[in-house]
Amino acid sequence: MSVILECNSLTKKFGSVTALNNINLNLERGKIIGLLGPNGSGKTTLIKLINGLLVPTSGTIRIAGKAPGVESKKIVSYLPERTYLPDWLKVSQAIDFFKDFYEDFDVNKAYDMLKRLNLDPSKTLKSLSKGTKEKIQLILVMSRNADLYCLDEPIGGVDPAARDYILNTIITNYNENATVIISTHLISDIENVLDEAIFIKEGNLHLHSSVDEIREKEGKSIDALFREVFRC
Amino acid sequence: MQWDLNSDKPVYLQLVEQIQAGIISGKYRPGDKLPSVREMAAQAMVNPNTMQRAMSELEREGLVYANRTAGRFITSDEELIRQLKKRYITQIINDFLEKTGQLGLDTDEIISLINEIAKNKNKGV
Repeated sequence: MSVILECNSLTKKFGSVTALNNINLNLERGKIIGLLGPNGSGKTTLIKLINGLLVPTSGTIRIAGKAPGVESKKIVSYLPERTYLPDWLKVSQAIDFFKDFYEDFDVNKAYDMLKRLNLDPSKTLKSLSKGTKEKIQLILVMSRNADLYCLDEPIGGVDPAARDYILNTIITNYNENATVIISTHLISDIENVLDEAIFIKEGNLHLHSSVDEIREKEGKSIDALFREVFRC
Repeated sequence: MQWDLNSDKPVYLQLVEQIQAGIISGKYRPGDKLPSVREMAAQAMVNPNTMQRAMSELEREGLVYANRTAGRFITSDEELIRQLKKRYITQIINDFLEKTGQLGLDTDEIISLINEIAKNKNKGV
């Protein structure tokens, strides 16, 4: 199977603090992968490195064989922790913005998803609740036909019903050429959706395995294993 | 179909067991067409690859078969379903007897108790 993300001895330091330490990681296409770790373990740092927002201190990172840059950004769809859209923007304008920005953006798909949520595209982002804004942002990101989706805490701020909607959006948009990385610490909510889990502990890769393999070998859920590995 | 995926067992096994239970209870009837893997995955809120694995397992057991163009169907082999049912119920009874055995009850006592309880239940007590 072909590799979508390749990290070799990837290290990122901020001054004297090592955020990621010598990460070696290969991710295949066609998977939904949980990037799991407690707060401050390095999840967002890894995602920012994938998206070229940070530069490695040492080691390399390749997306479909490309170094992070203009070409890699064409095939990576990124949902950051915080929204970057100005709140005076109308939903329809946000869609136009994405259409202009990304060749692989599917406008019809975006409007379909809005319709299913009964969302009015003529509303401004300012008039929407926090959870609805997060849904809009996810719709924008998932409406691209990307090869790699990086979702940084997509379910953190929303209620359980909206969480289900978001997971459903991820499942139904899944395609076998693309891989979805979901960073979160809300494991029990998402573990049934995952193919693989990656545990990051204090900047080190602690584990990378198929979810059902973990359940078979350890006889426990990913959530239970996480609580054990990261016991405070 | 209501899915209940809360145990620590591998998710695909839980899916297999619940579809088996659906076949036994008649929720899925012999010859029924199943929704697509993607639809079933979305319904159960699981990964499509996991649902695919569950389907492969059910196909291996002969409980589900794939027709290349028309989709996936529940087997029409009623004998196979009867065997599955028997296996399933045997498992439940074995677990039950093990538990009651731990409580110090022997099988004869259990059987007469079951008869008594069933009789009362039929009377609507």
